[in-house]
Amino acid sequence: MEKVKSLDEFLSLHDRLTVDKNPSLPTLIIPAGTCGQASGANDLIRITKRELLNKKLTEKIKLRITGCHGFCEMEPSILIEPWGVYYPKVDPKKMVDIVESVAKGEVLQNLLFIDPTTGNPIEKQVDIPFFKKQVRTLLSRNEKVDPIRIYNYIENNGYLAMAKTLSSSHPRQVIEEVKASGLRGRGGAGFPTGLKWERLANQTNGNGKFIVCNADEGDPGAYMDRSLLEGNPHSIIEGMIIGAYGTGATRGIIYVRNEYPLAIKHLLIALRQANQLGLLGENILGTGFSFDIKMVRGAGAFVCGEETALIKSIEGRMGEPRQRPPFPVEKGIQGQPTLINNVETWANIPIIMGSGAQEFAKVGTTENTGTKIFSLVGRIKNTGLVEVPMGIPIEEIVNQIGGGPIHQMKIKAVQTGGPSGGCIPAEMFHLPVDYERLTKAGSIMGSGGMIVMDEHTCMVDLAKYFTKFLKEESCGKCFICRKGTQRMYEILDDISAGRGTLEHLDLIEELGPIIKYASLCGLGQTSPNPVLSTLRYFREEYVEHIEKKRCPAGVCKDLITYTINENCTGCGLCLKSCSAEAIRGEKKERHAIDPKRCIKCGACQSVCKFSAVETR
Amino acid sequence: MITLYINGLPVSVEEGTTLLEAAQFMGFPIPTLCHKEGLSPYGACRLCLVEIGEGPKAKLVSSCTYPAEEGLQVRTASSRVIQARRIILELLLASCPQSKTIQDLASAYGIQRQRFKQEYENCILCGLCVRMCEEQMMAKAIGFRSRGEKRSIGTPFDIQSEDCRRCGACLYICPACELRCTYTEPERAICGACANLRPPCLEKEGVDDMMCYLSPCAACEIKKD
Repeated sequence: MEKVKSLDEFLSLHDRLTVDKNPSLPTLIIPAGTCGQASGANDLIRITKRELLNKKLTEKIKLRITGCHGFCEMEPSILIEPWGVYYPKVDPKKMVDIVESVAKGEVLQNLLFIDPTTGNPIEKQVDIPFFKKQVRTLLSRNEKVDPIRIYNYIENNGYLAMAKTLSSSHPRQVIEEVKASGLRGRGGAGFPTGLKWERLANQTNGNGKFIVCNADEGDPGAYMDRSLLEGNPHSIIEGMIIGAYGTGATRGIIYVRNEYPLAIKHLLIALRQANQLGLLGENILGTGFSFDIKMVRGAGAFVCGEETALIKSIEGRMGEPRQRPPFPVEKGIQGQPTLINNVETWANIPIIMGSGAQEFAKVGTTENTGTKIFSLVGRIKNTGLVEVPMGIPIEEIVNQIGGGPIHQMKIKAVQTGGPSGGCIPAEMFHLPVDYERLTKAGSIMGSGGMIVMDEHTCMVDLAKYFTKFLKEESCGKCFICRKGTQRMYEILDDISAGRGTLEHLDLIEELGPIIKYASLCGLGQTSPNPVLSTLRYFREEYVEHIEKKRCPAGVCKDLITYTINENCTGCGLCLKSCSAEAIRGEKKERHAIDPKRCIKCGACQSVCKFSAVETR
Repeated sequence: MITLYINGLPVSVEEGTTLLEAAQFMGFPIPTLCHKEGLSPYGACRLCLVEIGEGPKAKLVSSCTYPAEEGLQVRTASSRVIQARRIILELLLASCPQSKTIQDLASAYGIQRQRFKQEYENCILCGLCVRMCEEQMMAKAIGFRSRGEKRSIGTPFDIQSEDCRRCGACLYICPACELRCTYTEPERAICGACANLRPPCLEKEGVDDMMCYLSPCAACEIKKD
């Protein structure tokens, strides 16, 4: 790859690449992020490549392998440009037919997505309800870009914003633009990004400012950052170059959790390509501005997503937070001024500098501009990543995009913000998704996890799960968080096992708020949220566990019994599935479960075709 | 010089002074456990919390680590501060009841019960021993390992340390595992501290020349029999 040494050279490269495009040529797009690959996208890719070669179609049909598009429930899927045809849950056996149909310009009606409410097939992705209500500013670019081909990124106007900014804007202008956009940190706290950048730019002490991309994404169930890193790593690099230029930073670090091997691989490739092309390193595009990015891998600690612990981790020390002041912007890595932003925040920067702050601020509300990617998971029909404008009511996300509940259940609540967040009950689904309103309701926006829960979710069990996670991930430095999470978990464990008392609830309500304001860092300060918010909105479930020793959702193992009812036909499937040998019964006669041997794994219930296994 | 307001009273201090130092200078009592003059502050025990700021933005910070700021409003005994101190002491008693330091602190705040499952740990992870070993004794033989519940203090991989100077400073400074009682007959000991016999860093075998500031000591006496 030839280094690009000036803005003109870059612009002519961009022109060359865009001129090459033949827009009418069909392209088979196969999303192969981690979710796609786990569902079998690699088979589709292999078969497609073989077909294109064997049938000599390589000049007629293009293949683009991309990162995740967001509709993870339907993976492995195929998108065909420029027609916008979408095939969900593709069976590898049908791949040959699909390639053939693309060559002929036909659509295979029997493989299309079926709208669950109307029963009709939908041909184009944009018409599918899941996609229709979204504003896919960031995620749509995952469809257009092959993450490991930098030329593909440039072809799609990648690095154009950076090149123009570096050559014709003053660093102050960059800061003003980001401030005007109203962008707020997407890592969870929602601090105005422009303000943070201004503070770094104003730092005069130290030598060698750092900017960091926080790609630790520790929330269980959240994978928005992963799909941005896997699908469009260059957008983060471009954002960071712009950020470094605006703030005067010379060194960049991407701190990525080690549990994201594909993201790490794509990032390393992208960094190497950007360096080779001269977009990173010394004297970028001949402007005299030098900046380079290194990658640092995490080592499996949720707490290292907290900025001061992250700084320690980068320095090679134990990831323990420390009190602020001094803030990282004043004293960070090795005592130097350091700016830390989340992956999604960085990904928004090229968009802001490309189309301008005004354009960006048109989406969302006045205090909460832009879009936010949520990982919508749980007891809902359409799980995946959804990108919506800030301020959209929760109800729209859950029902219109998410498609509503599965199995005709009633949705009870959503959990937002991961383990640091709280639950919002169904009666409050009219609430708009914005930083302030969610916090007022007792939850937080967090990094964007949204877990949907129905009547089969036990709120006590949910609080217990998140508290256990936080207890294990607490760094343990400050006494109140370490002991507080441990004791909260103890109490929840007692309640879910039928050993709870009403005094326990009072104790939680006394201890919880104190943990919130006495903890040293954000982990501790938000650790009581799961239990306090479930207690606030679903106190009756807790009371039932305590007073009646009963779990209404049928989840808490110590409080439920599995029994076989009169629907049983004696087929014996459950008996075979039982690993504890707890089921007895003759052929064609009603079987029975011995509660003393039953380990409550639920295997019998899942294999029974007659709904004969009940939990009480 | 920086002027701040502690409990409404103005006090001028040099830059770099912590809120704890400023409050102590004024004579306001603030309990501490993991703080020791001469060692770097750590902020782990959360007993020294004070409330700063006003209105809805007021928050609690550890005074031992917070540097004085011009015009800062500090309250050393607001209701949230007292509530926090009391729960922390309750939790300390629930984990480490045999420490006289903790018992004294608890009784000073009128804590008469603790409502959690009783544990008998002999380390509260305040880190005084770690900082003592590194900063005062220049040995750096012990440190923190793991996180959360599993966090502990010891030598790397629990191997007997060659850097350890056998000075006993870790024993001396520890507020929890210290053997405070000089009774040689354990049945007459007040607080049952002699139930604590294991200092955090050393294997007892092979350390015959260990120096200890606690003799005569019930633990060693018991061990002798």
